[in-house]
Amino acid sequence: MAAIIIDNVTKSFGRFVALERVDLHVADAEFVALLGPSGCGKTTLLRIIAGLETQSSGRVQIGGRDVSALAPRKRGLAMVFQNYAVFPHMTVRQNVGFGLRMAGADPARIERQVARAAALLHIEPNLDRYPAQLSGGQRQRVAVARALAIEPSVLLMDEPLSNLDALLRLEMRAELKSVLREAGTTTIYVTHDQTEAMGLADRIAVLHAGRIQQIGPPAEVYALPATTFVGGFVGSPPMNFLTLAVTNRQVRLGALTLAPPAGSEGQIVLGVRPEDLQPSAAAEGFPFAVRVAEPLGSHIVLTGESAGQWVRVIVPPEPPVRPGVTMHLRPRLDRVVWMDPASGAAIGRGEGRKLGTEAAGD
Amino acid sequence: MTFRRATFITGIVVLCAWTLVPIYLIALGAVGGRPVVNSWPKPFLPPASFSLGTMRDFLDIAGVWTSALYSVEAAVLCMAFSILLGVPAGYALARFVFAGAAAYRLLVLLTRAFPVAILALPLTVGFIRLGLYDTPLGVSLMHTALALPFAVLVSASLFQAIPKELEEAAWVFGCSPVRAFLRVVLPLALPGIAATAIFAFVISWNEVFAASVLTVRHKTLTAYLLSVLSESPLHVQFAGGFVLIIPSVLFIFLVRKRLFSMWGIANR
Repeated sequence: MAAIIIDNVTKSFGRFVALERVDLHVADAEFVALLGPSGCGKTTLLRIIAGLETQSSGRVQIGGRDVSALAPRKRGLAMVFQNYAVFPHMTVRQNVGFGLRMAGADPARIERQVARAAALLHIEPNLDRYPAQLSGGQRQRVAVARALAIEPSVLLMDEPLSNLDALLRLEMRAELKSVLREAGTTTIYVTHDQTEAMGLADRIAVLHAGRIQQIGPPAEVYALPATTFVGGFVGSPPMNFLTLAVTNRQVRLGALTLAPPAGSEGQIVLGVRPEDLQPSAAAEGFPFAVRVAEPLGSHIVLTGESAGQWVRVIVPPEPPVRPGVTMHLRPRLDRVVWMDPASGAAIGRGEGRKLGTEAAGD
Repeated sequence: MTFRRATFITGIVVLCAWTLVPIYLIALGAVGGRPVVNSWPKPFLPPASFSLGTMRDFLDIAGVWTSALYSVEAAVLCMAFSILLGVPAGYALARFVFAGAAAYRLLVLLTRAFPVAILALPLTVGFIRLGLYDTPLGVSLMHTALALPFAVLVSASLFQAIPKELEEAAWVFGCSPVRAFLRVVLPLALPGIAATAIFAFVISWNEVFAASVLTVRHKTLTAYLLSVLSESPLHVQFAGGFVLIIPSVLFIFLVRKRLFSMWGIANR
């Protein structure tokens, strides 16, 4: 039983503020991904939880215990490092058993646990080899096995897949998910790869410039971004944002008349996912001048212009679309979000609509 | 056989000759006896008059073995001091951010720029006051001052080459900082540290000026030979030189790979 509570944590390096008043509650056995671009503070937050970095202010609780001032070894957690940090002078067996040996476990138990962790990650044939004799993917497995062998209540992972090639990454991702679900370990997973976060996590916390922008299940973060940053960072291609004028509480876009949230004036930002724009008749949509078409097999990504702003659309592979044509698009109105142009924050969240069950299903 | 290759091979031959020819000439003088020392041109192969007699004569000179013992004593102490002081300093330089770290790096090297000749008199007076004068311990302290810059900088680069994450992983998996150092960092740095130790040993073994100034009766081998052999025949002097060279060459040969990797020349 190890819930993690991060309470008002701030970290500054000199004048640079890496984390600003971060609050995060991770439930027991939950898998939370910290997602953000490089330099957003996600690794710093992970290192503060691990005790490798000391927060400037705020507190960290693990399993109801305040660990803010404790050394890493007293926090009862395991960690997988970005460069694996597998000990080069020990065999795989010694590496995997390291945590248990340091804890003074008896040899029989160490052997049992090492065998289990090795089986879980399919590294039994390599147990007596040295890390230098292993490939990157195998080293990665050793690092995860070393973390799981101590049966930690909390597992921290710092971009563990970023050094693997694309195919291996996909394979490890699926494997990690099943292994961690089985172990029931509370996991915090740092990544800059939004597909990784979406695919693995129960909840995603999107960080930007040292602040948590949004915390929620992947489907919710995807469908209802709290800020334009989240909408732009999560999803590939990113969400489209069109800045439009509000007149008489109405927004006109081509032949469409949309109703913005109550109380909006001046300008407003319309956010819509590329796949939520559908080709339509001229009288039912807005014009879209296609500039680039990227056929990707399962779909075509179109980049073009609407209302003087760039828009990306995902359309079916048939019929083919040639660059230079103008077509008409119609957003799926139940999937549109509205943002404040100045702050970038979503307007009227939770008032207008809830996330449909169809989208919320895992 | 391209021009580049020819240049490369010539370079290697010149560099080898640079170190090997003097050693060969000394060896020749040491085993060839009087005729070889005085003859010219020198024979290329071991001479007809080859004998270990001169070497044996040299080793029979009264006091050679005793002074060799003092040399070893001073060198071992110098080695121990260099490691005990240099390794922690190197670790601090490699791992901690502190004000003046860059300046300290430079300052450490500057101790080598300070001529020992100028230090000789005050050092002698100071050592007499402290009761260190004419002892191997005193000599070893002076030699430590000479070897320490290398020990500090070389061990700093050793520790820098060990990723910090390895240490952090050890902390996370249950080690205190001291235990993490002993279990993870030290085993990885040990071969390099051993090489540093041997290097300190060789520096002390070869050093003659400070050893001559700081001792009277308990002279190290170099200092003893300097005072005794100046009146000996040439071939005996060669024998003395050869005996001095052997341990240094042997030790450096043993740790050559380590020294190369420490100085940034990749050997992996």
